[in-house]
Amino acid sequence: MIQHMVDGVLVGSIYALGAIGLTMVMHMLRFANFTHAELLSVGAYIALVFDKLFTSLAPILATKIGPLSMTLALSLAMIVSMALTAASAVVIDRLVFRRIRQRGDMLSMVFASFGVALILRNVIGLIFGLGTTLYSKDIAFAVIISLDPLLMVRPDQIAVLGVALVLMLVLHLVLSRTIFGYALRAVAENASLAQVNGINLGRIVVAVWLIGGALAAAAGVFYGLTNQITPVIGRDLLMPVFAAAIVGGIGSVYGAAMGGFLVGLAANLALVILPSGYSPSVPFLIILVVLILRPNGMFGEARP
Amino acid sequence: MMGLLSYLVFFSTVASILAIAVLGLNLQWGNAGLFNGGVAAFFGAGAYGALILGGTPQEVHLGGFGLPFGVALIGGMFAAGALAWIFGRLTLRLRHDYLAIATFGVAVTFENVMRNAQWLSGGAQGIRGFARPLQAELGAGLSYNALYLAMVAALLILTYLFLQHLSRSPFGRLIRAIREDEEAAQSLGKSPAKVRLTAFVTGSVIMGLAGGLYGGFYAFVSPQDVLPILTFQIWAMLIVGGAGNNRGAIAGAFLIWGAWTASGWALSKFAPVEAQLYAGSIQYILIGSVIVGMLLWRPQGLFPERLLVSHSGQNNRTYKPAGE
Amino acid sequence: MLSARNVQAGYVPDLPILREVSVDVAKARVTAIIGPNGAGKSTLIKAIAGLVPISSGQIIHEGRDITNIRPDRMAAQGIAYVPQNDNIFRSLTIRENLDLALRRAGPRADEIREALFARFPPLAAKQRDKAGSLSGGQRQFLALANALAVEPRLILMDEPSAGLAPKATEEVLEMARELTTQGVTILLVEQNVTQALRLSDHCYILAEGRNQIDGKAADLLGDKVVAEIYLGGKRLRVGA
Repeated sequence: MIQHMVDGVLVGSIYALGAIGLTMVMHMLRFANFTHAELLSVGAYIALVFDKLFTSLAPILATKIGPLSMTLALSLAMIVSMALTAASAVVIDRLVFRRIRQRGDMLSMVFASFGVALILRNVIGLIFGLGTTLYSKDIAFAVIISLDPLLMVRPDQIAVLGVALVLMLVLHLVLSRTIFGYALRAVAENASLAQVNGINLGRIVVAVWLIGGALAAAAGVFYGLTNQITPVIGRDLLMPVFAAAIVGGIGSVYGAAMGGFLVGLAANLALVILPSGYSPSVPFLIILVVLILRPNGMFGEARP
Repeated sequence: MMGLLSYLVFFSTVASILAIAVLGLNLQWGNAGLFNGGVAAFFGAGAYGALILGGTPQEVHLGGFGLPFGVALIGGMFAAGALAWIFGRLTLRLRHDYLAIATFGVAVTFENVMRNAQWLSGGAQGIRGFARPLQAELGAGLSYNALYLAMVAALLILTYLFLQHLSRSPFGRLIRAIREDEEAAQSLGKSPAKVRLTAFVTGSVIMGLAGGLYGGFYAFVSPQDVLPILTFQIWAMLIVGGAGNNRGAIAGAFLIWGAWTASGWALSKFAPVEAQLYAGSIQYILIGSVIVGMLLWRPQGLFPERLLVSHSGQNNRTYKPAGE
Repeated sequence: MLSARNVQAGYVPDLPILREVSVDVAKARVTAIIGPNGAGKSTLIKAIAGLVPISSGQIIHEGRDITNIRPDRMAAQGIAYVPQNDNIFRSLTIRENLDLALRRAGPRADEIREALFARFPPLAAKQRDKAGSLSGGQRQFLALANALAVEPRLILMDEPSAGLAPKATEEVLEMARELTTQGVTILLVEQNVTQALRLSDHCYILAEGRNQIDGKAADLLGDKVVAEIYLGGKRLRVGA
């Protein structure tokens, strides 16, 4: 059971990163973005491409970092992937969502996001094939942390948790210490007032997509590192990420982060009781419970 | 010649069944502005419900009550309605995209449960052992299929007439009024939440009818029949046909189903063997593109809604970040 | 300083709230807009701020046409707008509210902030508190401080006395008056007619989306006809 909790926290950090971007977009642009989860796939695959590219250009980059299976090349590739995925989020908004939004057609935005997700997922499948791949062919050995109770963790998982926490900390500092962060929070609270105070809403929208896309890419790489890379990463993480955002309360970055860990824990603990075949249903059950007990989540505010 | 006729009967039957489901979605989305992200679940509830109630006894799973087809069909519709009522109650008062997530989740869970709960649904093998209505008396073959098509077509027409009548009735005007301007409707003393729930449940019951007919037609249902792609297909049909327009919904069903089967056939015939594995991916990209393309360039569909409540015709729940 | 000429404006093009309104705002003076409910007073201010679409007519500010300005461009034109409700960011601290408002001040930010704290001591004392914890009057002061942070030449105020106790109302309006002695132009919409006439220089009365009467505030105060028709029939006295 402790092993389940540990696994839950580790996968929860991935959900958290995905949920932060989702909650910001959902709050600001008022639509459930079903494309967001696909950005995790996109991030994982872009990193795969650049990982191979960097490694072939400079074989020295193939050295692993300490006990991790992560190489220097992959670290660089992840940074590149974060930037490119962020940019693609903005491009998708420009091409699809913004046009629909400017018509005032909010319902269609959700449909459109489904359509875009379908396209992204299957284009990835066409390009990279339908099977699974890994960043590194080497077997990552788990380390035994304790014998009784039996606890095993892979160094990669610890690193993922650490870097995820660092990313969240950086975002926290931006929100609490920088003018840009104040502007983000101001727009989240009252976009019209922010505009009247001179804040360019269009630029904030772009910033939100960039941040969301970058965090999603990191989450995707982390997922690929600790599980495997497949074109259905987005499909598989869609419900957990939504659940995390809803648990935390739409619009709350801190809520999304906590929600991610809670969903990870809950999903893994559920495996103690339920047969593993039911695990795709657990995030939905979590959403159901939240909607019954506390529809606005932990930190969300009721919005019309 | 017989082969072509046989195929057309087959095609029309499935298209008509799907058209019934699209009509249900039109009531929910086109009229009431509700987002149903889990059409497959309500369709599936109808299918599984009907087959469990109407099937022959099975060892592996529940069911086999052997009820007459009509009763089984109604049972399936009831199951779909109950499912819709539960989740509608929970989510309809919340922001509209919560409904999207919740209904999508319902469909994911429905398929997941059906796949795993062997005792209930036969698991991944699905439910067999269903005797199609009057099959024993009439025998299999083109004439039987034609009769089944006739039954489906009759039900489609009935559903269409029912929804047209509903649309022109005070209730129909009320639904659209609430979609256009909730506050005004509320000031008239109508409860938007109750009206929406009614529309949602009614639409889902219609989807359940379609599911039951589908299950009856194939005499078989499995988790593969309730995947998200079904939901996307039904939306695409409505988006192409024209949300808010019942005739458009039916037209959209035939169009999209035609395109889907045609593309499937073309890919299997002309694509190289190595690419056959990706035929599904290509079809998914096509339908995703249809959805996005229509929403971008012709959101009103090919057969736009002609019945409007007010001049503005715009959804009241809009948010446009000014300054973009 | 600012002129609105024959402005027709409304949220929906077919249903204008302002049918034809013209207003001239003199530099370094307080100009007030008063009138019955539904007259379009707030709509006029919002239209000037770019928040309500203007379908015909013009807004000229310092010689420049700013009709249908994009709201976030007001600061660059030297205009600040203080909305009626929800005019500060409650989830940000007072300090964060001000720093956000000061973001374009560059090296002068500290100087301006000190001046603002000197003008509004209660804000200085509570600067680490969330703005949502302030009382109504203090929130209004913060909103005013945010507006002053961009060193505007024109301040638009939408019912600054709304929801305030009489004393706070007086403080806010006195401050508006005092700002004009420093060269700032004020255009305000007010429901509280007495105070508006007392503390403004020029006054416009709107009704049903059109101009009715305008004139020097002192003149209007003593005018029996005005009192009868527009101001509820009560004769107003200076000092009431």
